[in-house]
Amino acid sequence: MSKVETYTTPDGRTIGGPVMEMKNITLRFGGVVAIKDISFDIREGEIRAIIGPNGAGKSSMLNVMNGFYHPQEGEVWFRGKIRPPMRPYQIAGQGVARTFQNIALFKGMSTLDNIMCGRLTHMKANMLSHILWKGKAEREEVEAREKVEKIIDFLEIQAIRKKPVGSLPYGLQKRVELGRALAADPELLLLDEPMAGMNVEEKEDMSRFILDVNDEFGTTIALIEHDMGVVMDIADRVVVMDYGKKIGDGTPAEVLANQDVIDAYLGVDHG
Amino acid sequence: MTNAAVLDTSLDTFPKLLVRNSTKFADRPAYREKEYGIWQSWTWKEARDEVEALALGFLDLGMEPGDHVAIAGRNRPHFYWAMMAAQYVGAVPVPVYQDAVAEEMAYVLDHCNARFAIVEDQEQVDKILEIEDKVPGLKHVIYVDKRGLRKYDHTTLHAYATVQETGRVKRDEYQPELDRRMNAATTDDTCVMLYTSGTTGRPKGVVMSHYNMLMTAKNSCEFDNLNETDSVLAYLPMAWIGDFIFSMAQANWAGFCVACPESAETMQADLREIGPTYFFAPPRFFEGLLTDVMIRMEDAGKFKRKLFHKYMDLAKRVGPDLLDGKPVSAADKMQYQIGKILIYGPLLNTLGLSRVRVGYTAGEAIGPEIFEFYRSLGINLKQLYGQTEACVYITQQPDGEVRADTVGVPSPGVEVRIADNGEVFYRSPGTFQEYYNNPESTADTKDPEGWVATGDAGFFEPSSGHLRIIDRAKDVGKMADGGMFAPKFVENKLKFYPDILEAVVFGNGRDKCTAFINIDLSAVGNWAERNNIAYASYQELAGHPKVMESIQSHVEEVNKSVAEDEMLSGCQIHRFLILHKELDADDGELTRTRKVRRKVIEEKFKVLIDGLYDGSKEVFVETEVTYEDGRKGSISATLELRDAAVVPVKVKKDAAA
Repeated sequence: MSKVETYTTPDGRTIGGPVMEMKNITLRFGGVVAIKDISFDIREGEIRAIIGPNGAGKSSMLNVMNGFYHPQEGEVWFRGKIRPPMRPYQIAGQGVARTFQNIALFKGMSTLDNIMCGRLTHMKANMLSHILWKGKAEREEVEAREKVEKIIDFLEIQAIRKKPVGSLPYGLQKRVELGRALAADPELLLLDEPMAGMNVEEKEDMSRFILDVNDEFGTTIALIEHDMGVVMDIADRVVVMDYGKKIGDGTPAEVLANQDVIDAYLGVDHG
Repeated sequence: MTNAAVLDTSLDTFPKLLVRNSTKFADRPAYREKEYGIWQSWTWKEARDEVEALALGFLDLGMEPGDHVAIAGRNRPHFYWAMMAAQYVGAVPVPVYQDAVAEEMAYVLDHCNARFAIVEDQEQVDKILEIEDKVPGLKHVIYVDKRGLRKYDHTTLHAYATVQETGRVKRDEYQPELDRRMNAATTDDTCVMLYTSGTTGRPKGVVMSHYNMLMTAKNSCEFDNLNETDSVLAYLPMAWIGDFIFSMAQANWAGFCVACPESAETMQADLREIGPTYFFAPPRFFEGLLTDVMIRMEDAGKFKRKLFHKYMDLAKRVGPDLLDGKPVSAADKMQYQIGKILIYGPLLNTLGLSRVRVGYTAGEAIGPEIFEFYRSLGINLKQLYGQTEACVYITQQPDGEVRADTVGVPSPGVEVRIADNGEVFYRSPGTFQEYYNNPESTADTKDPEGWVATGDAGFFEPSSGHLRIIDRAKDVGKMADGGMFAPKFVENKLKFYPDILEAVVFGNGRDKCTAFINIDLSAVGNWAERNNIAYASYQELAGHPKVMESIQSHVEEVNKSVAEDEMLSGCQIHRFLILHKELDADDGELTRTRKVRRKVIEEKFKVLIDGLYDGSKEVFVETEVTYEDGRKGSISATLELRDAAVVPVKVKKDAAA
């Protein structure tokens, strides 16, 4: 692609060309078709939401994007190149980080250590030098800590820096998970229901953090979310899925006006 | 003032002090702040550089002498510098409560006609933008933390660092003007304006001169021998006079270091890391800390618990005497030393109080047990009595004359007299200039001779010469039978129980007293956990029959103790209830400094008060609550009203006998 299409959001940000493109993705588990021939793209600097009712295939989609699932058909393009089948950690190394719907933190470890883990993809020193704590290992650790402290400051979780995450309330654990994803310095951040199970105040905080991450670090964000209000407030473009199919794609306003989307959310007679 | 003491002219304004400190204490730490997990420090020399860069930047933005500069943020060196920089150019800093809702902030900013606002982050900037229309005088807003503000229109919005940068670049251009302004300032110029929290009515702007502040700083530093080797943790709201006195006036006068916590929630951890030598905290802080310690001891192993109690008993017996230098037997002294190694030392270290040389508490009465607890550990905790209008200090306790129920002797330079109705009046070098734009209130409070009414009723104890405060003079009333009614006296006794957070006593003009109680969620919650009592909310826990019972026993004990006081024996509580919600500043029930607003509570919960007096067993109530983001909701509950046993008051024998 030589010509890069760009567009400008209502709040004045310029969105660049595609970072990741999903082309005709189909994913099957045995006879079950989880995703059926879906195509869409995620562009540089945008906040892209994937919404849909339960079981629509949203989380599967995210798992395809970070390489956890390999689709039977279709291609994933990353930065203008087709992505060969890769292990998730290799994809993480490419600058794709994610959070999980059901929080996957190390419960017994502190907030600080959990976020430090997110920095692992950037630590290149070998085990021996880590054991001896000399040269590169030490430099890297100090560097990592500095980065992590900035994230802790950014997410306002200084007070829980040394607390084991298992003892934290749910909303804070979600924030720690976001912190761990950020520690990887991602170019593309995938968030799986970052606001599930939160109260209104926590949702507002989390929305603010997501917007700030996008604004401050220029991170491209793709997120799955149930709360339509939140999605409409923060997303630039929205993909709507239902029963594994894409039924809508566009700005929040366009999507809201789409009859298929209205049907999927309010329900129609399937008989 | 007739007997006015004078300040050295080279040290009679804040900027002059900073200049002195930048040479005298050049490389000693002036400010510390924990940022990114590490304590960052600035020496006095560096602090002066930061302040002057900002002041030059202010000149570039057109700040004029006499302009009001609103400051809204948590304790950070940047805001202390901003206040000082404003003083450099002759402007008046006006620190405001950063957690105030937009409406409250609009009132203050409009009342002082603020031209500049220096705020912390996006949240504050948004708040200012929201009230922009109501504050037409506001020209420039400067923010410290740039996060989320990139896209905002920056014509009147500036980053703190950018303003400093401009100041540094244009130093040659503006330095002569800055020097001129600094030298033109006199000690009688306004150095700061602070808004009183206002238990009644609108907040009032208290105008303070450099002389007021620095004279007070001088006297109080001498009283407690504060010097450049001391350190404080600045964690109390910047809009409160106390923080200005401790972190600005005394810090600059004595040259000691001001440490700012990383965030409000990390204060406890930061306290431990800094280990200040000079510490102030309101009684509720000490109460909370003690409750915490006790809860943790309950959860500790049997051996540890036993050891703790054994040595705490010993400390209670001999600790205060040791602190006051009174004779103690050699055996006890030795035991105390062992306790110090095993218990007191580690405990103080955990609490972050092991280096405290001078500690103060004020604002409310402190429970005698709480007070004794800290003193018995060897902390020189003292009480002082003061108010905004006096630059804090009215009376304070000298070393060796410390007691829980008095507030000490008049501070150096302060004259105190008691009016016929029992109200306390004072006159001092720290006495405020005026209430801004409010000559009537000024005249009501301060008479032409400079005597200021405190609004508190009290008396000097003949035996010790120490002042004792009974209650707010206006809250002191009469019972229907003519007996004295002093609600706070009773409330304080109630609040000394760890499971009671707040109490409000009614009874003025009535034949008996009743009370609202707020339980302390952390203390009662912990108790519930240990007793396998499940609860989902504050409301549910507050209504639990066992909680009711234990509160009732407290009320009855308080009644016994109240009955012993001849003057106030009529104030025993006949009926009480536990409120279904915590009293909250956001709902207007408390002030921002967490003092009870009686009038508001009386009106809001009228149906409950009626219920307490008409003998009903249950009352249904629906209350509006305000969430942190300003939205409103309501909670309803059916509350149980209980009778409490009272001690019959003996008819006083003929007073003449």
